[in-house]
Amino acid sequence: MMGTLHAGAVPLADVDQGEASIAAAARTARRRRAGWVWLGRIILPVVVIGGWQLSTEHGVVDKFFFGQPTDVWTALVDLFTQGTAFGSIWFNLWVTIQEAIIGFALGAATGIVFGLLLGQNRLLSDVCSPYIKALNSVPRIILGSIFVVAFGLGTLPKVLLAAVLVFFIVFFNAFQGVREVDQNLLANVRVLGASSLQVARHVTIPSALTWIIASLHTAFGFAIIGALVGEVLGSQAGIGLIITQAQGHFDPDTVFACMILMAAVTLVAEYLLALLEKRVLAWRPPSRSEAQAM
Amino acid sequence: MVGKKRRPAAPVPGSSAGTDAARIEITGLTKRYITPAGEPFTAIRDVTFTVERGEFCAIVGPTGCGKSTTLAQVAGLERPSSGSVTVGGQPVHGVTTGVSFMFQADALFPWKSVLGNVMIGPTLNGTPKREAVALARDWLRRVGLAGFEDRYPHQLSGGMRKRVAMAAALINEPKILLMDEPFGALDVQTKAIMQTELLGLWEQLRPSVLFITHDLDEAVALSDRVLIMTSSPGSIKENFEIDLPRPRGEVQEIRHEKRFLELQGQIWASLKDEVERAYARTVSAA
Repeated sequence: MMGTLHAGAVPLADVDQGEASIAAAARTARRRRAGWVWLGRIILPVVVIGGWQLSTEHGVVDKFFFGQPTDVWTALVDLFTQGTAFGSIWFNLWVTIQEAIIGFALGAATGIVFGLLLGQNRLLSDVCSPYIKALNSVPRIILGSIFVVAFGLGTLPKVLLAAVLVFFIVFFNAFQGVREVDQNLLANVRVLGASSLQVARHVTIPSALTWIIASLHTAFGFAIIGALVGEVLGSQAGIGLIITQAQGHFDPDTVFACMILMAAVTLVAEYLLALLEKRVLAWRPPSRSEAQAM
Repeated sequence: MVGKKRRPAAPVPGSSAGTDAARIEITGLTKRYITPAGEPFTAIRDVTFTVERGEFCAIVGPTGCGKSTTLAQVAGLERPSSGSVTVGGQPVHGVTTGVSFMFQADALFPWKSVLGNVMIGPTLNGTPKREAVALARDWLRRVGLAGFEDRYPHQLSGGMRKRVAMAAALINEPKILLMDEPFGALDVQTKAIMQTELLGLWEQLRPSVLFITHDLDEAVALSDRVLIMTSSPGSIKENFEIDLPRPRGEVQEIRHEKRFLELQGQIWASLKDEVERAYARTVSAA
């Protein structure tokens, strides 16, 4: 790039050549580094999965307990070709995803609303903060037991459990986002005569949005956990139920297959959230999002 | 509201002020805060002065003498502990209308484009979007930023961000402009350019200006009047009329005039004691 750009401006041939060769060397170094990175990325899973396969084949690790990569693959294929004891895998996957998504939406919405409210009202937040901290230190996953007993084996207890897990993550981020609002900016719009609704629309919410969206990545993972744990605790369909059943049959391969499935779902969700983030936070300087991508 | 006084096209000089709507009268203003330790702290005590309509008034004083506190009372962002602020004969209750603020920090919306940032004033007082866009474009042209409408603040240099802030502060044609060390963070060359530009825009609109600064040269070059504040708790120590003729043109050039240097010397003599007193206090506190 540099070399070709400067070519016209520099009359001396040897200088031009010097720049061109420097640019070429830089390109080679860059390509070489990318090559090493990709080689490493390929070797790493080959070693890990290959090691697992070898050690189970030679009896170093008992495949009765820890499964075997080839058997996990077979189990995964079986899930799709032969279905499960509770209907097709697509149906069960959909049940779990649905629970996770509704729980995610519910938890995120309430988290945002409460975070914005408490972030803007110092008195309210001073009153509530010790109780919120106390609630946050409760192991909330246990609530699943109560939800299953109270609301039965349907969708509702899973949705609630996912929502509870999501709520606190989003809430704390929204709250912090409001607290980090630039005070000068706030004073500025107030002097210009903004109503409190306008302050929220133009300053508080956009400012908190950076924090909220960052929290959604973690939160979706928790929504999946909530749905799965809810299903494990008691249900009539869903990936969690397949996992419990496989556990009962001493079938670690199916458990691993379900794990891979859910990981794929989370990756897709992650990708969609990243698209949303890119759209909503287009104003951000690029260096920051690059650092986050790492 | 401000909206009624606003005019969309190029303004006539002095149009933003009604009769005496832009006169700021501060009487016996005292502001006390409660420190986090629970102690009362007097930021300013018995501050009294008047800014006439269309006057450019600078306040200089040592660090922490309550200059910014004074501005916050005029804007109506805070309530005085005692004393009063009246704007255009009306005591200040809540946020004063027809006021714009400029800070040392940019106070721009990082998530809004340059155009969106300048548009915020008209948008907040309910101007239809198309009009607001046209007005914002016009103001961007006036501060020399035509063509930068779609950039985000982080893509601009410090001086350009200041221009955006200036356009955003002036677009509603405020009758009062409050400036809290607006050019404090700029390098010397950019600062001089921005000062000249501010004077040019001020001469077109003639709002009353209350301008806080640490920079004596800046105060003398821009103002009609310079007030010296004492070290904390702040009160007005002295009042200097700056009789340099207007329009003053290039700020860089006035600095060498004889009368400028004379005034600057007098003001420094008055300010010096206060600065030394404030410094001694920080040293003994540390």
